[in-house]
Amino acid sequence: MWDYTDKVKEHFLKPKNAGVVEDANGVGEVGSMACGDALKLTLKVDEKGQIEDAKFQTFGCASAIASASALTEMIKGKSVEEAEKITNQEIADFLGGLPKEKMHCSVLGRQALEAALADLKGEKVKEKEGEIVCECFGVTDLEIERAIRENNLTTVEEVTDYTKAGGGCENCHDTIREIIAKVRDEERPPAPPKLSNIKKIRMIEETIESEIRPSLQQDGGDVELIDVVGNRVLVATRGACATCRASEITLKSLVEAKLHEFVSPDLVVEEVKE
Amino acid sequence: MTTVYMDNNATTQVAPEVMEAMLPYFHDLYGNPSSAHTFGGQVGHKIREAREKVAELLGALPDEIIFTSCGSESDNTAIMSALQTQEGKNHIVTSRVEHPAVKVLCSHLAKNGYRVTEIPVDREGRLDMDHYKESLTQDTAIVSLMWANNETGVIFPVEEAARMAKSRGILFHTDAVQAVGKIPIDLGNSSIDMLSISGHKLHAPKGVGVLYVRKGTKYAPFLIGGHQERGRRGGTENTAGIIALGKACELAGEHMEDENTRVKALRDKLEKNILKKVPRSRVNGGGAERLPNTSNISFESVEGEAILLLMDEFGICASSGSACTSGSLQPSHVLRAMGVPFTMSHGSIRFSLSIYNTEEEVDFVVEKVPPIIERLRELSPFWKPEEEACATGT
Repeated sequence: MWDYTDKVKEHFLKPKNAGVVEDANGVGEVGSMACGDALKLTLKVDEKGQIEDAKFQTFGCASAIASASALTEMIKGKSVEEAEKITNQEIADFLGGLPKEKMHCSVLGRQALEAALADLKGEKVKEKEGEIVCECFGVTDLEIERAIRENNLTTVEEVTDYTKAGGGCENCHDTIREIIAKVRDEERPPAPPKLSNIKKIRMIEETIESEIRPSLQQDGGDVELIDVVGNRVLVATRGACATCRASEITLKSLVEAKLHEFVSPDLVVEEVKE
Repeated sequence: MTTVYMDNNATTQVAPEVMEAMLPYFHDLYGNPSSAHTFGGQVGHKIREAREKVAELLGALPDEIIFTSCGSESDNTAIMSALQTQEGKNHIVTSRVEHPAVKVLCSHLAKNGYRVTEIPVDREGRLDMDHYKESLTQDTAIVSLMWANNETGVIFPVEEAARMAKSRGILFHTDAVQAVGKIPIDLGNSSIDMLSISGHKLHAPKGVGVLYVRKGTKYAPFLIGGHQERGRRGGTENTAGIIALGKACELAGEHMEDENTRVKALRDKLEKNILKKVPRSRVNGGGAERLPNTSNISFESVEGEAILLLMDEFGICASSGSACTSGSLQPSHVLRAMGVPFTMSHGSIRFSLSIYNTEEEVDFVVEKVPPIIERLRELSPFWKPEEEACATGT
């Protein structure tokens, strides 16, 4: 049995604003019978752009009914501009949270609101114009991208919880994975500016001095920077290192590792025999 | 609030007589039946008696009864044993409407190189016997078909199907978890090689099951370990559970007639009256031969979880094949296999009765359910009451 909050139960057992606004000027219909839930939202917006009345009809489970009821309570009396900013997370929060598998109910609410507001302005909802990714539930790439962005989703399972996409035949899981990767890539902070050669050499010298040399010298060894060619760091071993048969391992596991950590992961250390 | 429990295909209450029979095995008779001393040995005698009682209900020999931990273990053991003992045969025949214990195992095997044929069912949930016959091939290792469906109660002609398998030298297993105790079974006069039982579906506790394996059937154990169950299932016996299941099988034999007369009449009354009071509702599998206790009713244009939660407000317990109830996003695979339309499958409710249900309870449910459906239909954007007249033809 689902673990619903008291607020969800309250809005399910005694839904607010059920029905149809008779002289509605904004109507949003989303979902379908095949998908297992559907919501029809009717709005009456006055000439000043205030939402005067809002009513809903829902086919769906307890949390779908509660989400729709909550949505109407949230938007009544608000201006269209304020209503446009409502996110699915805010609908879920209004209800004290929803089980994660039921988050798509809050998304359905947000979609219905958008559809109704678009209808009011005589526009179309952009997300529906994307390409269908999930055939089973008719979910587009734009809808999936938006859910990922707004709710910071990282797995296919989460995308299914929020949008239903991927919850049927599972054939679209690879595509969903690609969309997640794409959105994540866009959101990654821009790569740090490329190191200039001078800066790179200085940083390598500093790292050798403070991070590498002290441990080598403990064992009576040392390393000297000979040259830097692109990402190739040419070094010569000194002292005990010069005769040590394990010096190659030291170069990789200590010198190169430290340079990766402190300078750049692209560096390759090479030993120069003199 | 009193509980009106009509979810007996999910689990049943432990019968008071069963409870009484099993309790001593938690305190006074806690010995290990494998021990050499009298204290433990006496438990071994009682297990033998329980084995005889189970065998009697099934028309089997006591040696053909292997105690397991649950129906799923029995199902897994049967199918894996058939594959292990017949290397080279890599085909499994099953149906589209099996319990997950068989269905998911078979999908798993299909990913590991086995060929799986799922026999379809018709709109009433009846097995396509022509398709079944054609699917049996030289390399079929095992057929696994449920005796009765857990969601609809529809009964498969497993004895006929088993004869067809036997004549081709193919092993036949049936998941009889829902059938045992509800309809008479006589394995002595059948061609069934293996059969699964779950204790908690027939008024024994959870955690005990049975796999029947016909004498002479090639067998490989699933749980390898001790010599228990004559080396066919390792692990110290669940003595209290086994004693309980023995008692439960004895009671099931005694109650078989009541189940098929009084309980069936209660089920029929429930079904008839709900259908009468709720327009655009139907019984899934209503046209097929069914268990006497099960009724799966679909209500058009409403969703099952919402119905369950509103019934819960009155203490009424049932199940739904709707997507939302299970946490999956699609309605039950059984209803989909039967081609039940979405308008109907999302709003399906399974009532499953037991000998403990009363006429008052049925009347209570018949009184409470119709207003619940009406209330949800008023909320639904798909509900068009004006179409009612056309749909019912009045």
